[in-house]
Amino acid sequence: MSKDIEFPRPLPALTVDSTAFWRDGARGVLSIYRCQECSYYVHPPVEFCPRCESRKVAAEAVSGHAHVVTFTVNHKQWMPGLPVPYVLALVAIDEQEDVRLATNIVDCPPENVHIGMKVTVRFEPHDDVWVPLFAPRSENVR
Amino acid sequence: MCAEYAEKKTAITGIGQSAISRGADKSALGLTVDAAMEAIADAGLRREDIDGVATWPGGDNNASGFSPVGIPELQDALRLKLGWYSNCGETAGQYGPIFNAIGAIAAGYARHVLIFRSVYEATARKSAFANALSRPNERQHGPFTWYAPYHVYAAATQQALFFQRYVHESGIRPEQVARIAINARRNAALNPKAIYTTPITVEDYLAAPIIATPLRLLDCDVPIDGSTAMILSHIDAAREGPHPVTWIEAVGTNMQYRNSWTQLDALATQAQPHVAKMMWSRTDLQPKDVDVAELYDGFSFHTINWLENFGFCGRYEAADFIGDGSRIALEGELPVNTHGGSLSAGRTHAYGQVHEAVLQLRGLAGRRQVAGGPKVAALSTAGGPLAGCFLLARD
Repeated sequence: MSKDIEFPRPLPALTVDSTAFWRDGARGVLSIYRCQECSYYVHPPVEFCPRCESRKVAAEAVSGHAHVVTFTVNHKQWMPGLPVPYVLALVAIDEQEDVRLATNIVDCPPENVHIGMKVTVRFEPHDDVWVPLFAPRSENVR
Repeated sequence: MCAEYAEKKTAITGIGQSAISRGADKSALGLTVDAAMEAIADAGLRREDIDGVATWPGGDNNASGFSPVGIPELQDALRLKLGWYSNCGETAGQYGPIFNAIGAIAAGYARHVLIFRSVYEATARKSAFANALSRPNERQHGPFTWYAPYHVYAAATQQALFFQRYVHESGIRPEQVARIAINARRNAALNPKAIYTTPITVEDYLAAPIIATPLRLLDCDVPIDGSTAMILSHIDAAREGPHPVTWIEAVGTNMQYRNSWTQLDALATQAQPHVAKMMWSRTDLQPKDVDVAELYDGFSFHTINWLENFGFCGRYEAADFIGDGSRIALEGELPVNTHGGSLSAGRTHAYGQVHEAVLQLRGLAGRRQVAGGPKVAALSTAGGPLAGCFLLARD
């Protein structure tokens, strides 16, 4: 669990398809929908594979490893009490480049974040949601 | 010779704009009436001639000020009798109502369509969080759930992601980006309605606060209260009007990419190359024929993106194209955002650009009139997966 930002996070309303993504962190797992016919990861999750049209798509654990595709160090305090700076990023999971997740990069000085940085998932519980966050992996060289 | 696409049978016959301010003394509906009545009169028409209304995105019925007026309120205020009306939030950017109105005119639903965009964001920002994208302790629904928990309260934080990727791939430097804001401010000084008119320098740009890297304060447009309106008419009717005919030469409206704020195919260039390609496929004109470019500038990098994506310069060559700013200046070879853009004239959300393009083509832009009688204007919208564009032309 990360303590980088002590500020209430707006939370997603869960759907049948998004529940695994937002809740499987409870057992330490990042779940992404995957086609059971052709192995294509489908995100955002829906029970349809855009590659082979299969409806056999189900949540599967991925490694939790990802890399930073782009990021920003947010300096503006948009709301009273919001700790700044913090890093918003889009990361691509290592299994498939076109599965991108918005996230915060945590446990890392903002100035160290860079495109291509290798990161790994961790989870922060809020109500019924385990928010996936990402932190640097030890093999980063900068 | 290009096919006779329906847009070439339509023209912008009237333009109008309310007072533009950092806090209005009228309601949003009152401002919208001002803009609409001015546009109707400018077209040489009367209320009873207006038989269509379109807007983007449609009334949002909340305190955000993002879209405070819907078609029903305006229709009732003006007691219009319409053959067709439509808002369209899910479309190819803020010019979607223009693209739709072209179809409505071609279908014979309407002959004179009133198109408007009203914002009340200056007033909204005076009350806390009124226009925040998300709020703590409120569950988020829809596509924004994927951003919801990550402290994304403003478009700037989200759009900075695209800008960062562009900087990474192009190597553009802050002092080069600065030229967009400096150019806008310089032009705004010649626009009596502009919000900010004090000249700025590269040093001012670099000294301004960083909002969300690489976005600085002067990269961001300025929220205003105001409304802009236009009349899109069948070209036959336009020929009977009081002004030279300024017709829609070509439009780009497509969705060829993953239309997603997270999965968007090309983060650096966003959706624009596809819509630009469509637009150029519908005209014999080429980038070199454009006399004035009124490019989206919600953030300055949108304008930079569009210089490349319209083909005014090559991919990742915008920094060199902009240079010291002389090429995009009022007296340069491609004047950009001649009224001061959203950065300095105020965030009319791409509609101030249309108003300005019509003035420029008519030769009525006053002290900021581009010399040589401009005949072709390029217009665009932008922002992540949203993009649309069109060419406006006259004989």
